[in-house]
Amino acid sequence: MRFWKSLIATAAVALLPWAATAQTVKIGIINTYSGPNATLGEQIDNAIKLYTKEYEKNLPPGVKIELIRRDDTGPNPDVAKRLAQELITRDKVNMLAGVVWTPNAAAIAPLATEAKIPFMIMNAGTAAISTMSPYIARVSFTLWQSSHPFGIWAAKNNIKKAFIAVSDYGPGHDAEAGFEKGFTDNGGQIVGKVRMPLANPDFVPFMQRIKDSAPEALFVFIPAGRQATALMKAFGDLGLDKAGIKLIGPGDITTDEELPNMGDAAIGVITMHHYSAAATRPANQAFVQAWKREYGPNTTPAFMAVGGWDGMAAIYHAVREQKGRIDGDKTMALWKGWKNDQSPRGPIMIDPETRDIVQNEYVRRVERVGGALANVEFETIPMVKDPWKVINNRK
Amino acid sequence: MDVFFSASISILFHGLAFAMVLYIISVGLSVTMGLMGFANLAHGVFAMAGGYLTTTAMNTYGVPFGFALVFAAVAVALLSVVLERFLYARLYGAGELEQVLFTIGLIFMAVAVVRYIWGPLPQRMLLPAALSGQIDFGFRSFPTYRTFLIAISLVLIVVLWLGIERTNFGAQVRAAVDNRRMAESLGINTGRLFTLTFALGSGLAALGGGLGADILAIHPAYAFEYLVYFLMVVAVGGLGSIRGPFVAAVLLGVSDTAFKYLVPEVGAFVIYIAVIGLLLWRPAGLFGRA
Amino acid sequence: MIFKRPSSSDSAPSDSAVEQMVRSHRLRPLELLPWIVVVGAYFVFPEYLPLGSQILIMILFAISLDLILGYAGIITLGHSALFGVGAYAAGIYALHVTGEPLSGLVVAAVAAGIVGFVSGLVILRTHGLTLLMLTLAITFLIAELANKAGFITGGADGLQGIAMQEIFGQFRFDMFGRTAYVYSAVVLFLVWLFARLLVHSPFGRSLTGIRENVTRMHAIGTPVRKRLVTVYTISAMLAGLAGGLLTHTTQFVGLSVLSFERSGEIVIMLILGGIGRLYGAFVGAAVYMIAQDELAKADPVFWYFWIGLLLVLIVMFARGGILGLVDQALRLVRRKP
Repeated sequence: MRFWKSLIATAAVALLPWAATAQTVKIGIINTYSGPNATLGEQIDNAIKLYTKEYEKNLPPGVKIELIRRDDTGPNPDVAKRLAQELITRDKVNMLAGVVWTPNAAAIAPLATEAKIPFMIMNAGTAAISTMSPYIARVSFTLWQSSHPFGIWAAKNNIKKAFIAVSDYGPGHDAEAGFEKGFTDNGGQIVGKVRMPLANPDFVPFMQRIKDSAPEALFVFIPAGRQATALMKAFGDLGLDKAGIKLIGPGDITTDEELPNMGDAAIGVITMHHYSAAATRPANQAFVQAWKREYGPNTTPAFMAVGGWDGMAAIYHAVREQKGRIDGDKTMALWKGWKNDQSPRGPIMIDPETRDIVQNEYVRRVERVGGALANVEFETIPMVKDPWKVINNRK
Repeated sequence: MDVFFSASISILFHGLAFAMVLYIISVGLSVTMGLMGFANLAHGVFAMAGGYLTTTAMNTYGVPFGFALVFAAVAVALLSVVLERFLYARLYGAGELEQVLFTIGLIFMAVAVVRYIWGPLPQRMLLPAALSGQIDFGFRSFPTYRTFLIAISLVLIVVLWLGIERTNFGAQVRAAVDNRRMAESLGINTGRLFTLTFALGSGLAALGGGLGADILAIHPAYAFEYLVYFLMVVAVGGLGSIRGPFVAAVLLGVSDTAFKYLVPEVGAFVIYIAVIGLLLWRPAGLFGRA
Repeated sequence: MIFKRPSSSDSAPSDSAVEQMVRSHRLRPLELLPWIVVVGAYFVFPEYLPLGSQILIMILFAISLDLILGYAGIITLGHSALFGVGAYAAGIYALHVTGEPLSGLVVAAVAAGIVGFVSGLVILRTHGLTLLMLTLAITFLIAELANKAGFITGGADGLQGIAMQEIFGQFRFDMFGRTAYVYSAVVLFLVWLFARLLVHSPFGRSLTGIRENVTRMHAIGTPVRKRLVTVYTISAMLAGLAGGLLTHTTQFVGLSVLSFERSGEIVIMLILGGIGRLYGAFVGAAVYMIAQDELAKADPVFWYFWIGLLLVLIVMFARGGILGLVDQALRLVRRKP
């Protein structure tokens, strides 16, 4: 009897690796592929493709990763939620990943909890998202993460009076609150605040008003994309730079892909962000090179791409460690405290307490490098946790 | 007092620059609506095409700004003739709903084509050095390009008004707007008149798209995103009118700028509330006939 | 002239109006077909129920639009405002009062109805481009209000934390979307019964009259504006109901419920199916949503191109939409023998 038992046990153990060879891990990617905001989704998706191409061979033998892509068409939480439902119930995915938009992530969160499906957020940046489900981890950023330390930095670098102008929606309010807290706690003074409508063709009226109130610096947040270019132009056209006003903000206002369109108006803008394509870390140079090889010399990976890239790194880590047999709770345990010092953005970690990213924030200045504009990093604030969670003690 | 004066000057100036772009783009829409009774929601497509052609001619082929603008306007006007003859003309007698749907369909197609050719990012608009920076008027300085924009637009508008008031073609247009059947029975070839007017309106829109590329960024969703602004100008101004949209554009442009400057908290509401109020007060528009 | 309903010209001239009305009330067997599909889909495609319930909700939304656009001839690009008001009302009610769904639906319908009534009173004095512009302006205004009023709507981040209770304390909203599907189907069925009654009633007929010839309706003493405001309010309530259903089945509300895109999309769905015949809503919404789910995957960039081309083709060659084409085909077949 004992003999048989042990024999079966031995056989089972012997057969395990064989069983494992048939493991296919299904990852549901919810991303924006169509509509006016498809550029953002394209960055993430290109990073996912590139990562897969470079690292697929490193998976344990027999383990395969199948990516199932779905298009949420933009900030449409009802569509995103339905797609997540279908991915979980019909396609039986082991993990969910992607998501550009905060409302979409928030709509999916309860599903991740109910189905115990690990959910890796590659972009959506509202601070509270990671608190919405114990199965959410995030490798992107929060606006507090860049705005709050930037407020501190600005106050300590001889900026005494600042004006805040942000887009009038959730992320804008986050950026405003983060900067204001960091800046005023360290002796800075806010001389004016304005929230600009999201759909706004012309920034000149706001710039005029700001010019008239003569601050030393103007802190701006508007969503990455053409709005930032328009704002930059208005800033230059009205001569705010000549009036001695410094334009500062989180890195969203000078994303690497938009910089070429901004022209000289952007030179000298100081931002704080977790990623710049111009960074000289070897890991980043390799990443940018691979990107240009794959997608053409005129393309540049931006911070969205790095979110997709590091998200894939975390997913691959979980798949490798479990040899393709994915368990929701084990995956979350593997992600908590996961570190990667080979990320293009420098060392990163997933905070074991909040499951949110801990990363370096860099102070950068827009300069002309070899004929093209670039965000040149000149100071590092190491391993910043999301200050919103630290201050409000949220997990 | 000085602060107040300075603020008013900026509001007027920037509101006017914005209004000029809106007017040049929208005036053609007003005329086609008044003349042919055609609800052409795709009018913004012509402005978008003008913007793309202008920026491409400048950025890729190094064509000087002025030539690029003229080229874009002429090219779009020609293109619009083809569209008018083969597609629009078939729907002149149709209901508003059909026209709305048809033109929305055109916008969808244009958005996809533009994205296919030029990609999703907005186009770069690098102004000639002479037009960038600030220009000093002694008592204060203004952005050069916007000053140029206002000046050139005013010239265009004067030419346009003179053309409508003084030329034979203008007289025919006015007659056809007033009473199409009567105009026809007087021997005016309204079919040809429609085509010419449509081409003129589209060419102007293209010019506006190119001139205004610095204010209304050229990107694939252009024809949708700014549609509501063009419609507002036309609806408030009054269909078929040349002056109505001008007054409407100035009114909306300046009040939008003023409220964003003075009370930014309600900045986004004011323009819509103003439009609703104006339209309820005068449903046919300021200069339209009920 | 607006899209003509082919059926209105089919009737023999000898019928009295009363006979014709009685006849149109009678349920034709073909009218049960959509319901066979709705019930059948539950069993045949159990894995597609989340998509299914969203299609049902869009059908309901399209029916509400058909009442004003198809029957009364009111051209609007702002119907999402009413849908969105319903969605937010249901969400806020669930979050702050109770997660009980049925009372939530009533709240959604009433809230949208009030907005519809007030805006209808104001804007239905106008027509044509002015009316179109007013519906647009009201939509943008309400969307901006919802964005601004972040303390009750959640702003751009969306209204989070909605937890719906079981329907009748029995049926939990499950992950597979079964409850959501049945719930949406039952509400849609009731709305369909109501809408059918409405359009075949003298009231419904008078709407068609207003659409076809306002002057004559004025002349025969129909209170035209009163009728229009009434149908606009009813349509608003149904749109609100659809919005409320969406909130209940997704347990989330985002600003996109109020978007201009949603208004445009619902018009396209209705036109695609066929306007002014109730069933166009069923066909159009189902075809559009399924096509988007399948085609947009394959070619997200050119999806819009094909939709645009389809719209142009419909306007040029098939003004009755898909159902109009079916009618034409049937007539050809019948004529042959």
